[in-house]
Amino acid sequence: MAITDTVDEPAAVSGGTRPRAGQFLTWLGVAPFMIFALLFLILPTAQLMVGAFQDAQGHFTLNNIARLFTDDILSAYWISFKVSFVSAATGAVLGLILALAAIQGGLPAWVRPTLMTFSGVASNFAGVPLAFAFLATLGRIGLLTALLRQYLDFDLYGTGFSILSFTGLTLTYLYFQIPLMVLIIAPAIDGMKTEWREACESLGGSGWYFWWHVALPILFPSILGSALLLFANAFGAVATAYALTGSSLNIVPILLFAQIRGDVLHDQNLGYALALGMIVVTGLSNAGYIWLRARTERGRA
Amino acid sequence: MTRTTSRIGAWIAMIVGSLYFLLPLAATFLFSLKMRRDALSFDAYKVVLTDPQFQATFGYSTLMAVLTIVSGIVLVAPTAFWIQLKLPRLRAVVEFITLLPLVIPAIVIVFGYLKMYNSSAWLPLTAHERSTDFLLVASYVTLSLPYLYRSIDTGLRAVDVRGLTEAAQSLGAGWGGILLKVILPNVKSAILSGAFLTFAVVIGEFTMASLLSRPAFGPYLQLIGANRAYEPAALAIIAFLVTWASMGLIQVFARNGRAKRKAA
Repeated sequence: MAITDTVDEPAAVSGGTRPRAGQFLTWLGVAPFMIFALLFLILPTAQLMVGAFQDAQGHFTLNNIARLFTDDILSAYWISFKVSFVSAATGAVLGLILALAAIQGGLPAWVRPTLMTFSGVASNFAGVPLAFAFLATLGRIGLLTALLRQYLDFDLYGTGFSILSFTGLTLTYLYFQIPLMVLIIAPAIDGMKTEWREACESLGGSGWYFWWHVALPILFPSILGSALLLFANAFGAVATAYALTGSSLNIVPILLFAQIRGDVLHDQNLGYALALGMIVVTGLSNAGYIWLRARTERGRA
Repeated sequence: MTRTTSRIGAWIAMIVGSLYFLLPLAATFLFSLKMRRDALSFDAYKVVLTDPQFQATFGYSTLMAVLTIVSGIVLVAPTAFWIQLKLPRLRAVVEFITLLPLVIPAIVIVFGYLKMYNSSAWLPLTAHERSTDFLLVASYVTLSLPYLYRSIDTGLRAVDVRGLTEAAQSLGAGWGGILLKVILPNVKSAILSGAFLTFAVVIGEFTMASLLSRPAFGPYLQLIGANRAYEPAALAIIAFLVTWASMGLIQVFARNGRAKRKAA
């Protein structure tokens, strides 16, 4: 990989012995970090990616990749995609509205820092405890479920709703997706100048006109980029889904978890291919995020 | 749309948002108090807090979090300092590497560890408990790289690293002295924010600990959730308070850092 190239470079640099030794020492300064990254991040991932293209004897094969396209695994990817997509899109829209309301809505000054702090907490309040909170609220014996039945005579589970379902999981993911959106999009909203709005108003543009034709086009790359980040965030999440639904919902991270735990696919190399598929999905959406962010920053400069 | 109607819209958004975010917390808290049939009580908390398993796993995860924070800082702070001072052309590469854990899902990273360090591999780290603990800390350092590097790098950019280093060198300080006595105190608040964020991420982490089979707090939470009714709610509230405390401390240190910089 490129990293080893850069570390090896000083040996190839020509020149006197003194500067070469000095430069070697300079590069040595980042050696611990590079070695750590290589051992605990890059090589383990690279090994999986190689394993995805090998059979049990270590020969090259595309068979593992081909077997990803079976009904069972495709449906896992599809459900994962839907949960991530819906939670990212909804999270992006709702997070944007909340951030706009707090920053540009003319609310009291304490609203914004309160929302930001809470978002910091809630975006990190993922995993097992979050699943517990939603079970206690909207589970079959959850408090809200009970209150709705007792006071409004409304049987939530009679409507086909279940916290263990697609809808339930998406609703739960929103609890960290919306705050994450608020945190990522806030700087972009701050970047909108008040002059733009004033200019729009002095030319006779209405509030709606400003939002639809000025603010939204400016913010759009940031919104899309953030949504891609939220998508990747949801796609890789294991703990919340596992604690909430056990193995009842067939999504990729849970399938992979079960595979690592107990070899449910009866084929280690198929597991590697599954992992490779996850990296491809999260990698593509992150690349999209980075590309869009670079574009916005260039546009602003 | 006038300013007043947009303000009303903003209030509505805030109120609906607050409801969505506060309702599960309130419901979970109330639920956690209902362990006794006839009255509200803190029984679930009593049961949880006196459970030896809770104490053991929480203690274990706290220890892992502290080890992660210390090794993370030792790894990241000198690197960020060195990049700033001597190797700015490597900045993009290092930044890219620190962002990789956001791209590669945790479950994939730990799967890679199990392949690379299994008991028949060249470096069988998963063969012994202590070496698996080491692997767990390494995985947590990896997970926290994006937060830790970013917060320390931002802190370093705000101070004149080159000037400080040259001044210290001309007074005869060595590299260790410069890092510990000159640079570190200047980015203390940045390092502390990174540390508390790391703590919040690591303390209840489930995927890594579970797949490496370590007795951490995350897997314990999951186990209780699968077998009990009221205790999980109490644990969720405790976990939320721990996260809240970590974030609150970040705010405090960030404010102190700003105030100090302003005074200087």
